[in-house]
Amino acid sequence: MQADLGIDEDEEKEPVALAKVSARSLSVYYGDKQALFDVDLDIHANQVTSLIGPSGCGKSTFLRCVNRMNDVIEGCRVEGSIRMDGHEIHAPEVDVVSLRRRVGMVFQNPNPFPKSIFENVAYGPRIHGLSRTRSDLEELVVSSLERAGLFDEVKDRLGEPGTSLSGGQQQRLCIARAIAVGPEVILMDEPCSALDPIATARIEELIDELRATYAIVVVTHSMQQAARISQRTGFFHLGVLVEEGETSKIFTNPEDARTQDYITGRFG
Amino acid sequence: MSSPGPAAARLSEDARTRRRHAADRRFRLYGLSAVVLALLALVALLGSIAFNGLSAFRHHQLELEVTLDRETLGLPDGPVDVSDLRGANYMGVIRERLRALHPEVSSRKEKRALYGLVSSVAGFELQQLVLADPALLGRSVRVALPLSDESGRYLKGDISRETEESRRKLNDRQLDWIDAWRDQGFVQSAWNTRFLTGGDSREPEVAGLGGALLGSLWTLLVTLALSFPLGVAAAVHLEEFAPRSRVTDFLEVNINNLAAVPSIVYGLLGLAVFLNFMGLPRSAPVVGGLVLALMTLPTIIIAARAALRAVPPSIREAALAVGASPLQVVVHHVLPLALPGILTGTIIGMARALGETAPLLMIGMVAFIADPPSGPLSPATALPVQIYLWAESPERAFQELTFGAILVLVAFLLVMNAVAIILRNRSEKSW
Ligand SMILES: Nc1ncnc2c1ncn2[C@@H]1O[C@H](COP(=O)(O)OP(=O)(O)OP(=O)(O)O)[C@@H](O)[C@H]1O
Ligand SMILES: [Mg+2]
Repeated sequence: MQADLGIDEDEEKEPVALAKVSARSLSVYYGDKQALFDVDLDIHANQVTSLIGPSGCGKSTFLRCVNRMNDVIEGCRVEGSIRMDGHEIHAPEVDVVSLRRRVGMVFQNPNPFPKSIFENVAYGPRIHGLSRTRSDLEELVVSSLERAGLFDEVKDRLGEPGTSLSGGQQQRLCIARAIAVGPEVILMDEPCSALDPIATARIEELIDELRATYAIVVVTHSMQQAARISQRTGFFHLGVLVEEGETSKIFTNPEDARTQDYITGRFG
Repeated sequence: MSSPGPAAARLSEDARTRRRHAADRRFRLYGLSAVVLALLALVALLGSIAFNGLSAFRHHQLELEVTLDRETLGLPDGPVDVSDLRGANYMGVIRERLRALHPEVSSRKEKRALYGLVSSVAGFELQQLVLADPALLGRSVRVALPLSDESGRYLKGDISRETEESRRKLNDRQLDWIDAWRDQGFVQSAWNTRFLTGGDSREPEVAGLGGALLGSLWTLLVTLALSFPLGVAAAVHLEEFAPRSRVTDFLEVNINNLAAVPSIVYGLLGLAVFLNFMGLPRSAPVVGGLVLALMTLPTIIIAARAALRAVPPSIREAALAVGASPLQVVVHHVLPLALPGILTGTIIGMARALGETAPLLMIGMVAFIADPPSGPLSPATALPVQIYLWAESPERAFQELTFGAILVLVAFLLVMNAVAIILRNRSEKSW
């Protein structure tokens, strides 16, 4: 893991003041293989940014750069800059643990801890020391579950294992777990890929509600979903960010022929 | 290829499917007979051990009323101190009682034959009684005295009157005496508690496993205290923290090799390093524990690494993503999930260490030691070594003790393996 910090000079590209997270000249290598090429992408607060593109084009890789989950992958090297509120996240003084507290992540497959529903949500606040008393913690767990739209379904069985829930419930539990630590950005990697249409609709609704508080990035394979939930969309192809802009524009009037081909289903 | 025909014809067996079914049945039969053979071998093994060894858990005693007469004991009138009591002639008291039972015995040779029926350490029983309560001096007490090993074998049916007199250790006269005692109700059969609690002895009738059990316990405690934390720490480091490199590959190959090294090699290493170089005490459970810990370490590392690897990476990612530090990921999530697997490996390693003999021979735990060890530094033997020692002893009565000790060892191994299986089943829950 190596961060290129000498990037500050060429910041003339775009004013970054408004963006919550902005990636500049981001390149990622897995060993010798380059997975992302020179990506520039902004993520704004109170907006849903969706990332689309064919399988293997680097969407997950980009997402994992934002909370530095790539650090733990052996042989993975990140070059370029990612700034959050103007601060470089690869700077030596940045602590990954507090970065990950501010940037929550929901994975493609629901991965609750094999502990109780309560413990799943309480774990993050507990290790960060977010609540002083037991009743504070309980309140936080309940409010997180409520915001994730799960509380009514599980309020009588908070002591049961999180793994005993259905897939859609598990995914919402993971969302509750992510928001319990009070992040500013939430990264979701295909959060609905394992879910049925009803659970998907439920989570899409939830994403729309959460937008009021967080900057949200959603990776999705469904054009319709991207069009429904996001304000901005980025299209990746073979590790390159081909096009990025307002969702309505990308889906109605894309500039690049590859985007056009992809959203009309001609490849991918 | 679709041959038109009535559905029934296509569903019934033809010659080809019949052959396939026959092959199927034959194959299952082979498998079943293999299982049955293995079971038979196991039953035969355990059965023969139990058949030979169960009798070691009971023994016969001679229950007599003896008079602790000061004169016979060789004690002066008046106050006596502990050393007098220790050195008193308790055998004399017993011999006098035996002479009283059989007044017809007069020649020296016959007397010696009579005395020989009782264990040569029978006086020790009386000594213990008197040391515990000196007020018994001069009075009559009922005591259960150990019989000699050969008398015990006769009473258990190992020696038969039918055998030619010259080919057995007890002559007809001696057998008559024993029969008389039995008929008069002097001979009692009781649980042989000394067998499980007492120390080793040159006399099979009073030899016990207690010292070896304690020695094994101390040895295993040292082994566990060293190999478990070291093994888990090494496995966690290799599996969770160390980046894959030539060094870790090299370590991995070596750990796998060490697990296959014959145990006697560890014994030689212990002899060279712990005894000769570091000067640790010979025959001590600490050294045995150190050597067995070295031997068990690779097993535990390999089992712990497999258990850690079985924890799905998604759990680690989930914990990292809410901001857990790498150490918190391991301590809060990965280790608890891997623990049943780690414990299973550890117990299996300990069971192997419990049954290990060769390395202990190399570091001198094979000496004859009568007193049970008082700690990890005092000389001791271990269970399997005790079995080896008894199996080597010329007295026939030790054979029964050998099998009894094997039964005890097998019982411990069965319990340990059962615990390992229970843990493994518990760990098979999904996450
Ligand atoms: N841990 C890894 N080691 C090596 N190469 C990897 C690793 N993770 C991803 N890659 C490679 O990086 C490229 C981008 O992968 P990434 O997971 O970002 O794709 P994606 O766009 O998320 O695809 P999908 O839509 O299928 O999830 C792929 O070619 C993949 O093979
Ligand atoms: Mg992906």
